[in-house]
Amino acid sequence: MNVLLLLILILVGALATFLSGDKLASKVALFFSVAIFGYAILLLNQFNIGYDISYLSPWIANPKVFMILEADGLAMAMVVLTLALTPIIIFSSFANKFNNSKTIYALILFMSFAMCGTFLAGDGILYYMFWELSLIPIYFIALIWGNGDAEERKKAVVKFFIYTIAGSLFMLAAFAYLFTKTHNFLLVDFAMVNLTINEQFWIFLAFFLAYAIKIPLIPFHSWQANVYQKSPTVGTMLLSGIMLKMGLYSVLRWQLQIAPLTAKIHIYIFVAIGIAGTIYGSIVALRQKDLKRLLAYSSLAHVGLITAGAYTLTLDGIRGAVLQMIAHGFVIVGLFLAAEIINRRYQTNTINELGGIRTHAPKFTSFFMILVLASVALPPTFNFIGEFTLLYSISQINLWYAVLGGTTIILGAYYMLKMFQTAMLGETNKKEFSDITLNEGISLSIIVAVLLFFGLYPKPIIDLITPSLESLLVSINRFG
Amino acid sequence: MNTLIAIIGLGVLCLLFEIMNFRKAIIPVTILGLIGILGLTLSEINSPATYHNNMIVVNKFSVAFSSLFIVLTIFLVALSDNFYEKHQTKISDYIAIKIFLLSGAVAMVSFGNLSMFFLGIEILSISLYVLAASDRMNIKSNEAGLKYFLMGSFASGILLFGICLIYGAMGTFDIAEISELSQSAELPSWFFIGIVLLTIGMLFKIAAVPFHFWAPDVYQGAPALTTATMSTLAKVVAMAALYKLLTAMTVGNIMALKQTNVKRMLAFSGISHAGFMLMALLSATTAAGSLLYYATAYSLAGIAAFTVLLYVCKDKENEEISHFNGLGKTNPILAAVLTASLLSMAGIPVFAGFFAKLMLFTQTIQSGYLIVVIAAVINSIISIGYYFKLILAIYTKDAAEEKQSTPFAFYAVAVLAIVMNLVIGLYPTLIMQLLG
Repeated sequence: MNVLLLLILILVGALATFLSGDKLASKVALFFSVAIFGYAILLLNQFNIGYDISYLSPWIANPKVFMILEADGLAMAMVVLTLALTPIIIFSSFANKFNNSKTIYALILFMSFAMCGTFLAGDGILYYMFWELSLIPIYFIALIWGNGDAEERKKAVVKFFIYTIAGSLFMLAAFAYLFTKTHNFLLVDFAMVNLTINEQFWIFLAFFLAYAIKIPLIPFHSWQANVYQKSPTVGTMLLSGIMLKMGLYSVLRWQLQIAPLTAKIHIYIFVAIGIAGTIYGSIVALRQKDLKRLLAYSSLAHVGLITAGAYTLTLDGIRGAVLQMIAHGFVIVGLFLAAEIINRRYQTNTINELGGIRTHAPKFTSFFMILVLASVALPPTFNFIGEFTLLYSISQINLWYAVLGGTTIILGAYYMLKMFQTAMLGETNKKEFSDITLNEGISLSIIVAVLLFFGLYPKPIIDLITPSLESLLVSINRFG
Repeated sequence: MNTLIAIIGLGVLCLLFEIMNFRKAIIPVTILGLIGILGLTLSEINSPATYHNNMIVVNKFSVAFSSLFIVLTIFLVALSDNFYEKHQTKISDYIAIKIFLLSGAVAMVSFGNLSMFFLGIEILSISLYVLAASDRMNIKSNEAGLKYFLMGSFASGILLFGICLIYGAMGTFDIAEISELSQSAELPSWFFIGIVLLTIGMLFKIAAVPFHFWAPDVYQGAPALTTATMSTLAKVVAMAALYKLLTAMTVGNIMALKQTNVKRMLAFSGISHAGFMLMALLSATTAAGSLLYYATAYSLAGIAAFTVLLYVCKDKENEEISHFNGLGKTNPILAAVLTASLLSMAGIPVFAGFFAKLMLFTQTIQSGYLIVVIAAVINSIISIGYYFKLILAIYTKDAAEEKQSTPFAFYAVAVLAIVMNLVIGLYPTLIMQLLG
């Protein structure tokens, strides 16, 4: 048993979905994604009792490239996150009738394949391949099944695509440069190369460009709100729930390990960039009229804080970053699902056109409320733990940074609750709003249950990720 | 050597078929013959030899590239049947010319003597002039043929002048001897002038910036299948030959030439693939494998893309992007093939184009030309914008007309070419070990 089989299974699932025809596609995709999630849990269990589930074999002789899938606690946490969200995303989209549904569901599974590969890859080229592969399905999902005016959508999606490819090409150049030092692309070798401060600086920047666009950090975020708004909800969920975590994960796994000195020397700058993103995202979110755009900017604010935590280079910081990545993954998928539920009934996401839904749909209102509160990091939700650890780690670097970052919790509470008030409360809406269906109820319940469970009992995740984060820190601190 | 003789024999056979009125059999027989020749060529890979006082040199380099050319020619011939539907009477001429073109191409990678090289390039060029003008009643095609002929002869003149100067400096046409002599410290300055003229002549032929002005007119005017030939086969041939010439002649003095190449490289980003292949020259001693790989990846993607273009623009006046509107709905298979080949050209992973770029990047950085790589990266980003314009048209616009039937040959060639591209993308070692 190893993770290679897991990846192959996902591919098989994608293929089976594509071949099953439009009528069955959604059910086949759901079946496979649940089965794969089950297998991932099985693997996780094996990993926890000490089995080696990694995979290694040579692939290309010259230049030396290995097919290496490294499953440590951190990678497994991200893989399980991906594979847990995939069935939720697929299941929650059952009510949407897609044209050519076999293709879109196959693309969703294919994307989940590419993202798992990105988290597992231990060879620069393999990693880069998965990184780029994950872009192709989301490009087509957003382009073909998106909403709004086709011309505008096209502009937004192409901008996103060229932006991200441009960033990652610089990463490729960095890999090529590192290759001249190690004569292979293995991460373990990259992490042991003694680069000069100057070399580290440029390599760090090349990686930074790729990741800052993907995450996104200001000032590289301009693609985000448009793409989130124009994509179909499944696409937005994939982007915000998992794909942006690829960038954050890569910061920890690749950038900081290969060029830690730059992060250390310029620690104030990079933490500040993260915090600036938080503040900027919160302020812009205040003024949004569209629910999906508001969520996009709130996402920008959250990932800003995660990045700031990761760049503190403390154990608390990177652990908080990983915890918050997982928590944010679930909560943002839940929130976008709520937006989709509203859109299914009212065909709009403009906040001012909503209002007074509460009396129509008490169950939906309760779920939405819990998600909103989780998003603003109220205890006992999972997000509280992540956000608190992050702010604590930032305060170790500079107290004022923590104070500034902390204001975003207040701002976040303000814009989320204001949105909730306008959209859900107030005089009963004249238009009928049927309460959630069984399908929507199940999706929302799972998400809320996960958020509350790990909010009260985060130990399993912390135990899983801490050892690999500690060895990561050793590698980061190797220059003394 | 056997390859060359067999190819020319096949060409003559094509002409005889016309006389004996076997016109219908000509394409299948040619393809079968070419597949046989491919086997014959590959069987020589481990037995290097020289023939006729070093006129022809068979080694791994020549065998690997000859095989690539033969595969490309098979694809191009397979497409001919449909393309020349309206000119059935001339079909044997077209096929025979293509086979002769192939013989020129093979000569250009297996020469051991500059005179042989010149013969090869002239056979290749003259075949291309004829093919460019082969749509006899179309004034645009005539114009393209004439322009190509004038420009090509001009380039040949420069090329010949360069060869003469090299002969003057070295007293021999033999590549091996020239290579040996060029190691010595004192070389007459006209030797370098000769090399520069030779290079300029070749750059003219592959339409690399700044010698590319003739290309747009000729490419547009010539029949689409000829354009496909020019931009895949002919370009790759010229690159391989130039590589062979320069590595042979400048081993001792490569540094001097490299300096000018870097500057030129920056200017080359316009016609990007030729430019990318020229990057291989910067690390000339080790780059033969990368060049072969790049050439294979690029020409396979090119053939696949051109096949789709031939299908879409059949019976159309021009090759506007708008003809591709809605191809994703009317013909999903060919749309997928075109998308894949564009992704390969843009260097997206899994497709061979990605590994080709990767290998060139690492090699160029290893030889210390970081700036060149950065320029190439920026150039790649620009090219992505261009490729995606087409993909957008395929999937987001609505088709203007009904689906037309697609001949089997088109499917076969398009799918086969892209599958080969994918396979060598997944196992790059397949190609790399050819030059082992």
